[in-house]
Amino acid sequence: MSILVDKNSKIVCQGITGNQGSFHTKQCIEYGSRVVAGVTPGRGGDEHLGVPVFDTMRDAVAETGADVSMIYVPAPFAADAILEAADSGVRLVVCITEGIPVLDMVRVKSALRDHECRLIGPNCPGIITPGECKIGIMPGFIHMRGRIGVVSRSGTLTYEAVYQTTQNELGQSTCIGIGGDPVRGMNFIECLELFEADPDTDGIIMVGEIGGTDEEAAAEYIQSHVSKPVVAYIAGVTAPPGKRMGHAGAIVAGGKGTATAKFEALDAAGVATVRSPAELGSRMREILTD
Amino acid sequence: MNLHEYQSKRLFADYGIPVPRGIPADSPDAAIRAAEDLGGKLWVVKAQVHAGGRGKAGGVKLARSPEEVGQHADGMLGIRLVTHQSGPEGLPVNIVYVEEGSEIDRELYLSMLVDRDVSRVAFIASAAGGMDIEQVAADTPEQIFTVAIAPDAGVQDYQARRLAFGLGLDKKQMRQFAGLIRNLYRLYRECDASLVEINPLIITPDGSIVALDAKINIEDNALFRQPKLLELRDPTQEDDRERDAAEHDLNYVSLDGDIACMVNGAGLAMATMDLIKLHGGEPANFLDVGGGATSERVAAAFKLILSNENVSAILVNIFGGIVRCDLIAQGIISAVKEVGVMIPVVARLEGTNVSKGREILAESGLDIIAASDLTDAAQKVVAAVAR
Repeated sequence: MSILVDKNSKIVCQGITGNQGSFHTKQCIEYGSRVVAGVTPGRGGDEHLGVPVFDTMRDAVAETGADVSMIYVPAPFAADAILEAADSGVRLVVCITEGIPVLDMVRVKSALRDHECRLIGPNCPGIITPGECKIGIMPGFIHMRGRIGVVSRSGTLTYEAVYQTTQNELGQSTCIGIGGDPVRGMNFIECLELFEADPDTDGIIMVGEIGGTDEEAAAEYIQSHVSKPVVAYIAGVTAPPGKRMGHAGAIVAGGKGTATAKFEALDAAGVATVRSPAELGSRMREILTD
Repeated sequence: MNLHEYQSKRLFADYGIPVPRGIPADSPDAAIRAAEDLGGKLWVVKAQVHAGGRGKAGGVKLARSPEEVGQHADGMLGIRLVTHQSGPEGLPVNIVYVEEGSEIDRELYLSMLVDRDVSRVAFIASAAGGMDIEQVAADTPEQIFTVAIAPDAGVQDYQARRLAFGLGLDKKQMRQFAGLIRNLYRLYRECDASLVEINPLIITPDGSIVALDAKINIEDNALFRQPKLLELRDPTQEDDRERDAAEHDLNYVSLDGDIACMVNGAGLAMATMDLIKLHGGEPANFLDVGGGATSERVAAAFKLILSNENVSAILVNIFGGIVRCDLIAQGIISAVKEVGVMIPVVARLEGTNVSKGREILAESGLDIIAASDLTDAAQKVVAAVAR
């Protein structure tokens, strides 16, 4: 098993005919993901990468039964695309797009309360269940089917964690990049809840970074709700306050969101934290073989 | 993107938010004329820089005659003002804002930002105005009042009342305050602000509410739909290297250490800085070359790194997902040749086409130290600096 996506997930790509959408959808199909449709307004009736293109999400879902959307629509139009996906009845929306204005996401978050569907991202690498389904921009070959759940706010740092679990022959059940924006869809807690309930996940790697208080909230949740071992790393111990470190969400402001405070909260919750990102995989292996 | 106080106050005025009358000036003569045009007997001369803490740094001065306004303007214009927020080099003062003097009965604090815990725009108010609000929040959190606004409903009367009662306003002021809150919310949304701060918001002896200071930041991701606000950008207030970086789609923040790093991805870039520190070194910068790093971008990144004279070694850390390691390797080689790198370069490549990438570096004949993993890379670059 796995969480959220597997070999049966039927994917529709919004923005499939664009540069990014085209390139990455092709990679997903080559990985084995079941991409059943694409959506580009005005291109309905075309075929692209061997799948039918529709004008609207409603048509795509009605015709193909797609249940997951993958979004590569440019930032100015991405909020609209997320809401169109939610309105079409898909159960999961994965938004890869980077640079969506925060106030657009404030509106999206509020509107999503009326829908059942979950949102991953935006500004994230996506989600992958190794060997079954890749939705996003992560390099497929570094993954290995296995028993570690990975959840992370960063892109390449997720790859680092994944690669280490592969090298340590642990493999991954599912990996989720939740994204680096301050207002986003799924958070650590929701992912932890799903990994805890997944019988095929034995341990969880959590990668956070400076900014906000989501890691602190996750620490509290882990203490009372998670029985599986969690190994955690927080990026940005050396980041100076007031400076945005690449991600819109990665900023220490008003004395809040420091890596030190996050490490302390996780340590207090009994999480196995590592000060070096190079030790994520080896630490998990130690814990699981103890 | 930050706005100057005088630009922020102009926006406030456009949105019906009361501000003192003022005129920006770029010379002492213009400042004197501004004071004469404003009239009255008391003026304030305020240095326009993108940093707080101007008062303590000598960037805000009272004047009792137009001549004195001119003297203060003369003392401020052309200098670099160093405040506790500006960094040690300070920021250049090219404009002063000459404002009519205000009589103050009480000083309050009011700000707006997106509260990420509830994913909504929030107001933060305190009766402890004019002070360092972070200190107030830490020492006396009961003096801070917060309300978050639901995007589909907008500002409700009870929310304005809650803030007004918290600030100790009387019934008459409450009405003016509710209007102010609504106008600020409209400004925040229409201008795609990421921060609005008024410290202090004052009550004058006749009971009116006036924004005595104004700080507005506009969200960079939304500038594509804010062409008018984009015209207000002042590049003289930005770090030269950070601006250069932005032009090449690089994400750069300069730091105080001597080990430069060049990394793809923001999280991995932060983690690389942390690793350098963990192994006893000091990072000289944060630099994210992005997911689609090309050899041109790598070359631009090297130039940027080397423009910092403190740098004595470079760590390249690339996890190739979308980007191929062989292309990055070629980029490194051409950059090292083109820019003439004279300091040690440690390269750690992983991911797509990694063996080909490592081969290219090994066969280049250049003095590039190959690292096998993250820890090895950090140790090697710290050792290279120690030598």
